[in-house]
Amino acid sequence: MKLPRFVSILVAPVVFSTAVFAADFAPAIIYDMGGKFDKSFNQSASDGTVRFKKETGIEVREFEVTNAAQREQAMTRFAQRGSQVIVAIGFSQASAVEAAAKKFPNVKFAIIDGTVNLPNVQSINFREQESSFLCGMAAALASKTGKLGFVGGMDIPLIRKFAQGYTDGAKFVNPQAEVFQNMTGTTAAAWNDPTKGGELAKSQIGRGADVIFHASGNTGGGVMQAAKDAGKLSIGCDANQNYLHPGSVLTSAVKRVDVAVYQTIMDAKNGTWKGGPIVLGLAEDGVGYSLDEHNRTLITPAMEATLATAKADIISGKLKVAEYKVQ
Amino acid sequence: MSASAKLPRWAELGLLPLINLAAALILSGVVVKILGESPWAALKLLVSGALGTQEGIGYTLYYATNFIFTGLGVAVAYHAGLFNIGCEGQAYIGGLGSGLVALWLGDRAPLLVVLPVAIMAGAAFGAAWALIPAWLQARRGSHIVITTIMFNFIAASLMTYLLVNVLIKPGQQSPESREFGANAALPAVHEVCAQVGITFSPSPWNLAFAIALLAAALVWVLVWRTRWGYALRVAGQNQSAAVYAGISPSRIIIQAMLLSGALAGCLGLNELLGSQHRILIDFPSGAGFVGIAVALMGRNHPVGILVAAVLFGALAQGGSQLAFDLPKINRDMVVVIQGLVILFCGALDNVFRAPLAKVWPGRLARSPQPSGGTSVPR
Repeated sequence: MKLPRFVSILVAPVVFSTAVFAADFAPAIIYDMGGKFDKSFNQSASDGTVRFKKETGIEVREFEVTNAAQREQAMTRFAQRGSQVIVAIGFSQASAVEAAAKKFPNVKFAIIDGTVNLPNVQSINFREQESSFLCGMAAALASKTGKLGFVGGMDIPLIRKFAQGYTDGAKFVNPQAEVFQNMTGTTAAAWNDPTKGGELAKSQIGRGADVIFHASGNTGGGVMQAAKDAGKLSIGCDANQNYLHPGSVLTSAVKRVDVAVYQTIMDAKNGTWKGGPIVLGLAEDGVGYSLDEHNRTLITPAMEATLATAKADIISGKLKVAEYKVQ
Repeated sequence: MSASAKLPRWAELGLLPLINLAAALILSGVVVKILGESPWAALKLLVSGALGTQEGIGYTLYYATNFIFTGLGVAVAYHAGLFNIGCEGQAYIGGLGSGLVALWLGDRAPLLVVLPVAIMAGAAFGAAWALIPAWLQARRGSHIVITTIMFNFIAASLMTYLLVNVLIKPGQQSPESREFGANAALPAVHEVCAQVGITFSPSPWNLAFAIALLAAALVWVLVWRTRWGYALRVAGQNQSAAVYAGISPSRIIIQAMLLSGALAGCLGLNELLGSQHRILIDFPSGAGFVGIAVALMGRNHPVGILVAAVLFGALAQGGSQLAFDLPKINRDMVVVIQGLVILFCGALDNVFRAPLAKVWPGRLARSPQPSGGTSVPR
């Protein structure tokens, strides 16, 4: 992660000095308050830009916001300096994207986890409930106590979406399954509090939980560590986190933000970019559960078969997964 | 502090902060140099980004408006000998008050009606949030620093609950309310300018800035030109003397905190009615804490607070310009620069005072000074 940044510094003066030529392709990305290196959601987006750069050699301009007013300011500035496509990461940026997209109808915008109904905006959303559902199933299948844990980051609708999918999946396998739910906090600090995450996980383990799913950004590090220390299982989130504690991480609910970011920038470069809503679920491989050498022994062939059937049923529409909705 | 560290008033208020600021910038320059960028180019970018363009000035003064409100809030409490760390929470809850009024009246009444009600609601909500810590301090002796910090967290929890469960616009992910009605929008400066035929680049700088200036004037009158203000300062400097003079310290504590919370509570006017036009999560984004630095640096005087608020506004705006143009300098580096300014202007305030006083040419002619703003007990 360090190297591309270092390289970007060397190249930056060139990019900015050539920015006056409108023909240059200059994509831009705006990370939200979590910051580029949150080891989770934003970083996954950053991975997408790194891949784009590696393949094309084209620099992706970037900015990390520190307060609400900077979102629209940064979008405006990127647009004024000739960026043809601007990717906004995170639902909080929806209103800023709406304002900026109206101001610059010829610039392509993309928002991850949000919806803006304008012709020059691509709204990319994920069906997190589907991957959470499968992870809930896996958890219930792996659990010996029938008690499961969920540790969320900040208490917002997006995280409740994870929690509901997970609970529904667990109950689908074992109607008697009990799911303990805890949110880490109510401020943005909840995304970055591994200590508290660990404490919440320990208390859930104390109540009998033996598989704990986290959807809490950096906080999850503490959750997974606590599960490992207690000899229990944990489930990772957003990125594939199986490698963090091999043998203790049952699986990860992956969300391919990197693919979405890469794709929207690449499409803009190739002229195949289209505005409008894009929803990525199991069918599109936008979400899923991870299976690799680190958790191979934890997922038994029987579990894998059950999960594969459920996945096929969800894709075909035979199995409906409810989505958390506000009101 | 020792008597040898006395300086003329203009040096105390003008020269010393400048020296402190310069020291902070020089040290920041060293850090920038270590990162491999030219400190001189960075400084030029910082200044031109904040003050070199109309847009930059607009954003600088927009940020400054927030800091004026919270800086005044901290200062009023400070004069009563109280360290109000809770401006963040008071601003958050105050913004809720203003925001609710804007949601309720925004499409029903003209701005002339909405604005005064929103100001009153913001001030009332902010004051109410300061009331409990104030009461606990005045009657129970619970330390205000601890209780106000706790109330910041309670405010955050309450607001998250309200925004996620009650105020959220149905069918969206983001915990924000629906947009205010058009009449609840404070006119931005560039809109006003356009009406009288002057072009000014768009920025969120808005009418709330004028309200902040009025608030600063009001604080000056209240603290330095009224009996209440005298009682406030006496109680803040010496509680026993206040009791001897027939002033009730506990009453002053509660009144000062109410005013402090009310001032911080007005932040929502700028942030919500002036710029975002909806209630959204975590909108004070640390302005309550920057207010502490602003008050410290401004010597708790409204004029000083105005200057310090503009400085911190410029750092916020110029800093974002830096992060934008120099990829090596990210937003954390901007926080380092701000932190150094706070360190030198607040914590290390005395480092340059004593040497300066020693070399001061007129030190032989110095006379004992009446107690200035710096002698407030800590």
